[in-house]
Amino acid sequence: MSISTTLTVNGVTRTIALDDPRVTLLDLLRERLDLTGTKKGCDRGQCGACTVLVQGRRINACLALAVSLDGADILTIEGVARGDRLHPVQEAFLAHDGLQCGFCTPGQIMSAIGLIEEAQAGDEPERVRESMSGNLCRCGAYQGITEAVLDAQKTMVAADRKEVA
Amino acid sequence: MNTFDYVRPATVSEAVAAAAAPGAAYLAAGTNLLDLMKGGVVSPRRLVDISHLPGLDRIEELSDGSVRIGALVRNSDLAHDENFVRRFPAVAEALLSGASAQLRNAATVGGNLLQRTRCAYFYDAASACNKRTPGAGCDARGGENRLHAVLGWSESCIATHPSDFCVPLVALDAVVEIEGRAGRRELPLETLHRLPDHAPERESVLEPGELIVAVRLPAEAAAFAQHARYLKIRERTSYAFAVVSAAAALRIADGRIVQARLALGGVAPKPWRAREAEALLAGAAADATSFRRAAEAALAPAKPSGDNAFKIELARRIVVRALALAAAGTPDRVPALPASPFAPPFAPESGAVIHA
Repeated sequence: MSISTTLTVNGVTRTIALDDPRVTLLDLLRERLDLTGTKKGCDRGQCGACTVLVQGRRINACLALAVSLDGADILTIEGVARGDRLHPVQEAFLAHDGLQCGFCTPGQIMSAIGLIEEAQAGDEPERVRESMSGNLCRCGAYQGITEAVLDAQKTMVAADRKEVA
Repeated sequence: MNTFDYVRPATVSEAVAAAAAPGAAYLAAGTNLLDLMKGGVVSPRRLVDISHLPGLDRIEELSDGSVRIGALVRNSDLAHDENFVRRFPAVAEALLSGASAQLRNAATVGGNLLQRTRCAYFYDAASACNKRTPGAGCDARGGENRLHAVLGWSESCIATHPSDFCVPLVALDAVVEIEGRAGRRELPLETLHRLPDHAPERESVLEPGELIVAVRLPAEAAAFAQHARYLKIRERTSYAFAVVSAAAALRIADGRIVQARLALGGVAPKPWRAREAEALLAGAAADATSFRRAAEAALAPAKPSGDNAFKIELARRIVVRALALAAAGTPDRVPALPASPFAPPFAPESGAVIHA
């Protein structure tokens, strides 16, 4: 069976032939497109290491079939910086030591970008923690992660205001 | 994961025809199905991808005041729809207490209703499971079963239904709209799921190929909006299935309960409506004595299916607490820790009084 899926990944639209409908978005990104920043942790939707944005919303790439996402816009960790300029969430993770080993970090950062876009948490650490509960960090960098999300959100909201003004 | 044919129908009727074939399964987001397929728990020969079907992703208020939720509405979109949250706050709280933000962004309303049990023996292809392989036996009996059912279970299956969303829905008389080869039919959500009896592999009354296209909440359900809560005990505060949960909705006038709705989650093979308890609450004072009496009635038919007798008393206490929280009034906003007993403000009376 010959099937294909057309995805816009980090701004580039491409049609990808699939010889098998079983390919998940995660495996497509890592194995076919060499975008290995998105990590495969549990591969079962439990750890959040594979978090990417699909149509601007964070999801687990391991639990989505690439063929089913035909037509979707995907943003991965490779697509968030502007050249050498890091994304404000990336900057904040560095500033607040929101990581140790770094394996969960791409998923944490994509999840945080999604969280800020959702605009439900406000400046409450408890809501940020709750909203980030789908991203496990086995090094236990949660304190720094929460601070980074809150700080990045403040930076991004301020930047938005400046743009509007 | 087994190989399968992938088909993407353009219309509901095409989908229904494609899914009537033996071994076919519907694919929406796939957050439960793909997980089960990766574990070899289910092996559909054909996936009928309904995620591109038009018109099933709307939340509509109908002329009679009821609200119709399309089967493809994402859990997070429903939980954050301002009008919906204002009218059905306990449903939003239940949704936000389930899974993670990523999963809620993907998972659909229809998929939530039909998600499979989280029984570890069902998930472990090396274990005996009557639900997975009819007649194979049940390794949960005599196994690690402290989280299993205390209501509605049978000798062949003691698994629980894992949905949070379904619990307030069933309390609020939700109706399920179904499309099949014979046309459209609808039924109360309360009758969608079957008890296991001797056939735990048959989890719902849906016929092969039948597709849930919408869930409807009647206008009357919004009358409970001032006193509606969902409370969920988990083994960790977030991103965990319920050990025991309860949805409580009250209409109160002059300190007395005019009408009550109560349903339990995590305790039975289906979302469990507690009608006897509701009847006791109608006309009663909104106080701890009434709540405890209702809790006793709700759990009267309960019996342990293993090392889980604690869940019966736990469920009584959750019922009492959920009713007390509902009586105290729906908060303006879903708490930072949705449905958590640790979310401030704590129950309006001290634990000792509530649990007397």
